[in-house]
Amino acid sequence: MTITARIDMREQNPLEALQQFFAGILKLEDITAILVPQRLPTKNTIMPTLVTDASFLERVDPLAPSFPMNAARIASRLTRKPMGGKVAAVLRPCEIRAFIELVKLKQARREDILLISVDCLGALQNREYSKFAEQNGTESTLRFYKNVIGGNINEMEGVEFATACKACEYPVSENADIQIGLYGMKAGESILVKSQTEAGDHILKKMNLSEINEPPSRQDAIKTLISQRTGYRDEMFVKTREASDNLDKMTAYFSSCVNCYNCRVACPVCYCKECVFVTDVFNHDPYQYLQWATRKGIIKMPTDTLFYHITRLAHMSTACVGCGQCSNACPNDIPLMELFRTIAHKTQKIFEYEAGRSLDEKPPLSEFREDEFKEVVGID
Amino acid sequence: MSDFEPTIVAFFCNWCTYTAADLAGTSRLSYPHNIRIIRVMCTGMVDPQYIIKAFLEGADGVLVSGCRPGDCHYINGNYKARRRIKLLKEILPQFGFDQQRLRLTWIGASDGIHLAEIMRTFAGQIKALGPSQTKLKMVI
Repeated sequence: MTITARIDMREQNPLEALQQFFAGILKLEDITAILVPQRLPTKNTIMPTLVTDASFLERVDPLAPSFPMNAARIASRLTRKPMGGKVAAVLRPCEIRAFIELVKLKQARREDILLISVDCLGALQNREYSKFAEQNGTESTLRFYKNVIGGNINEMEGVEFATACKACEYPVSENADIQIGLYGMKAGESILVKSQTEAGDHILKKMNLSEINEPPSRQDAIKTLISQRTGYRDEMFVKTREASDNLDKMTAYFSSCVNCYNCRVACPVCYCKECVFVTDVFNHDPYQYLQWATRKGIIKMPTDTLFYHITRLAHMSTACVGCGQCSNACPNDIPLMELFRTIAHKTQKIFEYEAGRSLDEKPPLSEFREDEFKEVVGID
Repeated sequence: MSDFEPTIVAFFCNWCTYTAADLAGTSRLSYPHNIRIIRVMCTGMVDPQYIIKAFLEGADGVLVSGCRPGDCHYINGNYKARRRIKLLKEILPQFGFDQQRLRLTWIGASDGIHLAEIMRTFAGQIKALGPSQTKLKMVI
């Protein structure tokens, strides 16, 4: 049974309504702690916080256009072993999808966590956000909320959203236990709360909310948003393919890469404890570089740049959720997300897989069928 | 480029295809010398990165060959290899690699003659395709 309810805002402030709701959840016996993005007291920075005392929820802000990291990694840290309590985690839809991938890759457990997602309004690149929220953080979030709900889904006061967000066709999470709806609700009046699993039902039942039917305007608004985003995404695919379809173009694409591997560190689904690219395998002997250079007369240093990126595509593209943290983490602004999503779209399609869609579908490279892909075998 | 001699890297599984190559040798069968065989315990252990590395280092072709379906010494390694080859055949062409340069075959331990034929056919096909771009240009 699904429970759908409404929470009214006071003084048109969705943050205060969310704060009350999260405090209510934290006060329930079932929930020991809540993982929620908050504005840090010292600076206008939003970071995930783990809160056990409801009086520390004053600065909750899951709506800010700030996406400093994919918190699926944090959720994985909290759930990889039993933590001695249950945590409610407020995550963006792409964070939930990454978390689901991590559960399937045995890096996290679904048992001790209640997934709450707020409709995602999108975000700015990290450095754009610090400029945007410089003056008054909370007030800037409220402006941003009205801007997006008012239909402006690509830019905010002259600043473009992160490309990953503009191309994201999953603004609403289907896999969260509790979904908090903003789209299709009247801006500044109320937000929707909806349970999508038994665990979600169980929690909402205890909260005595005023139940309503989901307003039809909501599904319409979501549908329109998704089709706009999909259009943008498909254009991005065409452009990215064109920009990378031979060796010269690939070289140009990655020419400013300094092998810092930040994209791998920021990637929520790149889960290897020790990536082969930072092991001694790549700590080549000095004479090796000389040999390589002698072969063609020149090598670019540091070496293995394309090798790293193409290998990462082979290893991770079937799990890519398109959160864009790779692009966010790149010191030289290489459009990594664009390439990853373009390839991931194809590789996930051939295995009829969609990263983060369901816990029941195994990761494509961890299973096989006897009767498949016969066309790749044999030489005539 | 008629005097072009391709470089082909071949990953052969210890139990079937490598044994077939051994058999071809002891049977005095000949096959093109362009093929550099790397013996692996199973095609299921051929990480995509080995193949990517081979191509980026200038290999003109890569051949992965293991046991026939149902014959895998480790039960299902060859099926896993098939998925990985499928994956790479989807990724590599995006960057301009001809997907004909990457091949997967099943060759049983007693198929020495078949192995020599496959090697000849593949070497001929790669020769016709010409040298890989990675052989001619700097790869970053």
